[in-house]
Amino acid sequence: MSKFKKNYGARITAGVFTSHVPAIGAAIDNAKTTEPYWQPLFKGYDFSKKWFKENKPDVIFLVYNDHATAFSLDLIPTFAIGTAAEFIPADEGYGARPVPKIIGAPLLASHITQSVIQDDFDLTIVNKMDVDHGLTVPLSLICGQPEKWPCPVIPFAVNVVQYPIPSGKRCFMLGQAIRRAIESYDEPLNVQIWGTGGMSHQLQGPRAGLINKEWDNRFLDQLIKDPISLANVPHIEYIREAGSEGIELVMWLIARGAMADLNGGLPPKVVHRFYHVPASNTAVGHLILENV
Amino acid sequence: MMPLDKPYLDVPGTTIFDADQSRIGYHLNQFCMSLMKAENRLRFKSNEQAYLDEWAMTEEQKKAVLSRDLNLCISLGGNIYFLAKIGATDGKSFQQMAGSMTGMTEEEYKTMMINGGRSIDGNRYIGSK
Repeated sequence: MSKFKKNYGARITAGVFTSHVPAIGAAIDNAKTTEPYWQPLFKGYDFSKKWFKENKPDVIFLVYNDHATAFSLDLIPTFAIGTAAEFIPADEGYGARPVPKIIGAPLLASHITQSVIQDDFDLTIVNKMDVDHGLTVPLSLICGQPEKWPCPVIPFAVNVVQYPIPSGKRCFMLGQAIRRAIESYDEPLNVQIWGTGGMSHQLQGPRAGLINKEWDNRFLDQLIKDPISLANVPHIEYIREAGSEGIELVMWLIARGAMADLNGGLPPKVVHRFYHVPASNTAVGHLILENV
Repeated sequence: MMPLDKPYLDVPGTTIFDADQSRIGYHLNQFCMSLMKAENRLRFKSNEQAYLDEWAMTEEQKKAVLSRDLNLCISLGGNIYFLAKIGATDGKSFQQMAGSMTGMTEEEYKTMMINGGRSIDGNRYIGSK
C-alpha cells in the first residue's frame, strides 16, 4: 500500500453500485458470458473493468447482503463488518464458486468499527465468515477472473433477509459515518465503497418475476442527484414497486451516503451508468460515481 | 400493547419474511441450511423422509418439502433464500425455483423475463387491476 503523500489519510475516491445476481456468477464460472442471453449484460461492464484497472483502489469496502449463507436464523446481525484477514467463498448449495479467497483489511476494518460504533451505529464484529455471491459476483463483474483479487476487501453485510431490515435513512446515515471513519485513518489509502444488490426483483410467490424499469431508473436518477430525498423512501415502497427482494437497494444508500457531497464536497461525477433486464429473475443496474 | 404495523400485507402474491414467519419457519429454514454441506445433501437425497424426520418440523412442512411446493413452504414460514438450498440440492436454478411459484411453465416464465419481466401494473395492491 502506498506510503507517499503524508499530508492526508485514507480517502474514498469512488462509489461503485451493482446488482449481484447469482446467475451472473454462474455465467462467468461456466464461460457463458458471450452467449446471446448474457452478452448484452457483460457488455455493460466492459467499461467498468477498464475503469477499475485505471483506478485501482488500495481497499474496497464492499456492502452486500448474506443470503442465508454465513448467517442462518441462529444469528441475524443488522450490520456486520468483516475484520478477518481472509474470507472464503461459500458453498451455497451448488459447491463454492471457483474464485480466489478474499483478503481482508483487518487494521482498517477495526479502525472503521471503532469509529462507527462510537458514532452510534452498533455494528456486529465478524472474525470468521464465509462470503457468498452477494460479495463475489460484484468482484467478478468488475475485476474479471484474476488468480488473486486485485486488492483487499472489507466485507460489510446488511440484513435484508428477515424483516425488519434497516431503513434507507439509517443506511444513508451509516454511510456518512463510514466516510468519517475512513477519512480519519492516517494511512494514505485510496478506498472505494461499493453498494450492491437489487434492482427490482421478486424471487417468491405468485408475483415472482416482477420488474419495474421506470421505478429502477428513477432510483438511479435520484441516487445520483437527490440521495437525501431517496433515503426517506419507506420500505413498503421498495416492496410494492421493486419487489420483495428489490429492497436490497437500501444497501446502495450506504455507499452513496459515504460520498463527498454529503460532507460539503462537490456532487460526484457519473462516469458510468448501465441498466439491463433480465439476469435470471432480476433487473441489473450499475453506476460508477467518482468523487471530484 | 400495540400490534406491529405490517403495511406489506396488501401486496399481492408476496409474503414478507418477518418475525412471525421466521418463528413458525425456524426448523424448516434450519433444515434447508443444513443442505449447505455436501454430505447432508447426499444423505437427504438418499432418504428424504428419514432426513426430514431428524428435524422438529411440522408434518405439513415436511410434506411441503417432499412435494417441492415452494408457495406452501413459504406460507409455513419458509424463506426463499433458505428454500433455495433445496433447489440447489435438486440442481434447479433460481429461475426454475421462482418460476415454479407463479403457475407458469418454466418456458413461459423464462419468456416473460426475457420480455422485461412481470409488469408492475395491476400488481401493486391485492385486488387491483
